[in-house]
Amino acid sequence: MARASGAVQLAGGVHPPELKALTEAVQIRRMPFPDEIVLPLRQHAGKPAMVIVRKGNRVERGDKIAEADGFVSSPIHASASGTITDISLWPHPDGSYAEAVRIAVEPFSAQAARPRLVPDWRGLSPEQIIQAIQDAGVVGLGGAAFPTHVKLSPPKEKPIDTIVLNGCECEPYLTTDHRTMVEYPERVHLGLRIMMRCIGVTRAIVGIERNKPDAIAAITATVPGDLDVTVQPVTVKYPQGAEKMLIDTLLGRRVPSGKLPMDVGVIVQNVASVATIAEVFESGLPLIERIVTVTGRGVKNPANLIVPVGTKLRDLLNACGGVTEDAYEIVFGGPMMGTAQANLDVPLLKGTTGVVVLTEADCKSKDTHPCIRCGHCLDACPVFLNPQLLGRLAMVARYEEMEANHLMDCMLCGCCSFACPSNIPLSQLFALAKNALRTRQAA
Amino acid sequence: MTPARLLVTASPHLGGADSTPTIMWSVVGSLVPVVAVATYYFGPSALLVIAAASAGGVLTETWFGPKGALRDGSAAITGILLGLTLPAGLPLWMAFVGGVFGIGFGKLVFGGLGQNIFNPALLGRAFLQSAFPVAMTTWPTAAPHWSDLRGDNLAIPLMSPEVVDAMTGATPLGLMKFEQIGTQVSALIMGSVGGSLGETSALVVLGCGAYLAARKHLNWRIPASIFATVAVLSGSLHLLDAARYPGAMFMLFSGGLMLGAIYMATDMVTSPVTNKGCWVFGFGIGFLVVVIRLWGGLAEGVMYGILLMNALVPFINRATQPRVFGTDTKQVVT
Repeated sequence: MARASGAVQLAGGVHPPELKALTEAVQIRRMPFPDEIVLPLRQHAGKPAMVIVRKGNRVERGDKIAEADGFVSSPIHASASGTITDISLWPHPDGSYAEAVRIAVEPFSAQAARPRLVPDWRGLSPEQIIQAIQDAGVVGLGGAAFPTHVKLSPPKEKPIDTIVLNGCECEPYLTTDHRTMVEYPERVHLGLRIMMRCIGVTRAIVGIERNKPDAIAAITATVPGDLDVTVQPVTVKYPQGAEKMLIDTLLGRRVPSGKLPMDVGVIVQNVASVATIAEVFESGLPLIERIVTVTGRGVKNPANLIVPVGTKLRDLLNACGGVTEDAYEIVFGGPMMGTAQANLDVPLLKGTTGVVVLTEADCKSKDTHPCIRCGHCLDACPVFLNPQLLGRLAMVARYEEMEANHLMDCMLCGCCSFACPSNIPLSQLFALAKNALRTRQAA
Repeated sequence: MTPARLLVTASPHLGGADSTPTIMWSVVGSLVPVVAVATYYFGPSALLVIAAASAGGVLTETWFGPKGALRDGSAAITGILLGLTLPAGLPLWMAFVGGVFGIGFGKLVFGGLGQNIFNPALLGRAFLQSAFPVAMTTWPTAAPHWSDLRGDNLAIPLMSPEVVDAMTGATPLGLMKFEQIGTQVSALIMGSVGGSLGETSALVVLGCGAYLAARKHLNWRIPASIFATVAVLSGSLHLLDAARYPGAMFMLFSGGLMLGAIYMATDMVTSPVTNKGCWVFGFGIGFLVVVIRLWGGLAEGVMYGILLMNALVPFINRATQPRVFGTDTKQVVT
């Protein structure tokens, strides 16, 4: 599968409708500040942050309100000036409740951040740059919210030779990365340059799906002359943007089961995340806002918005003209892997790539049928599992046998469920099985 | 405004275009030209036999199957396919019994759709073949008028059918095997030969198969593998002894090979789930068809070839599991 040029695509995968036309040409704009901001302490991979403010404290936009708890954790900053009204459990987008800091946003405030000293990254050592990135609370913006400073600190025994910049955005509907590449290509390249310097690599490849010709053109036109950066258009197929798939497609290297990209000498970062790294050194502001695609036929004015982290779903929808009469399901993230929301008070997190409002006609059918062993799920699985077999085992809770059949290599991309003509909720069964196994092993 | 109710389901929130009923009904739809050709050659008898076999299958599914199971269309496929494997002059009650047996013992006793081991239509035919060997091998050829019945279709159940005046003859495979008489391949392709209802026009069946393969409602690897195996094997034998063994074209276009390879072997439930397995499965069927036709006691080997390979599907699946991404191991099928 090694392919330096030539035909570039993943084996397996599916072709969901792209549905990006609603927002792919809509310019990014800033939404007005909401009346209240809610910042859960758990909004990144790793340990939740530790709160350092009290009820009644006044905070300025950009002030730190929670400290990282250990290395694999990230601090959180106030995304608007105001007063802390409460620190308590609040609905979390994952469906549970989580400790959160509520800020009553100051009305009529200019929302200017405190003046701060912006260090010139060129004068900093890699360690100092990584420290600055950690202090700014930067995490991956592609969905998983993995702390960026951890990704930038690979262990010495795992040499990195290539950075893969992920501009695939293979989820239907979402255009966050697309608009970032079109409108801020220089910022993407600056962030990439800072990353390359931190890790000490000289080669980077940008993978962008062919359905974004304007993004490919913008990123190609702005490649700095002094860096070895290749822009590689890739075939439109879901989940091309999954990091293991993208590394295989671009470099012909297969990340071994249970290992990380760094085990094959690669670090993958999403384009919006590197743009944020550049922003930290441009403005000195920490990660307190992000670009979010609000889209779907169920929202009146689909848009790409700069949204303060912690904005409640209700306020975000209102900023887009509200929802239509037939709005039926609201998803955080893309429709293939995103989480449906039951409560309009949930806040947007650092890792929320988009909000998709689906109508009843968009949602998949609720009817299920018996498995007819058509094998479509095997063709769809990008990591070559046998979802038909795993699904049969999951139905009877034979989780240990599922583990022996490589359940843990499943990344819950949803291709099998999408491809299943009998509408069997395979990826949901696998998520349940994985959780059950984790609980058993912890016990 | 705020939505009054919100749906909360697990991801993915989008579904693909095909559902099991749409696949099944598209297979039923694709059989319309095949039934039309059968009716063109065999007159109203063709429609009556297919209707009787379908009624047997559908009624059994209604009475004994799970509630609402008819809507998925799988019983209709079994009934029509069974009808297409029968001779035009078969008494209708026999066709009906075949449908009952196919659905009842071929599918429902295993637990319904998706659970059966053998192709239900072929199991129904195998039952009829052993229960009514004479009626099942009486092949009408032509009738003075298109509207004439091609045999004693209306025979009273459990009574011997009357011997009617309709002309009967042997199938091209029977002629080849027992009387060493060849048949023009052009006649086989167009369908102007004796045989079961669906055995006649190879060309029409092939076209319908191409349509289903394009819609991904059948796995093209199975018929491709069967055709390749039969062509290569019989072609080589023909080169060795042209007097004794017929050519590859005759083997491909005669008998039930087209119908079997395209509609029976590709039954999703009873064929392997892996693509590699489909190649193996097709090879096995092709091999058995050639062996039975050339050296077995029967003139035709498609039905037993498919049924035997159906039984091997679990082993084929086990042997052809995909290699998991980033590992050297295959899955352990339990």
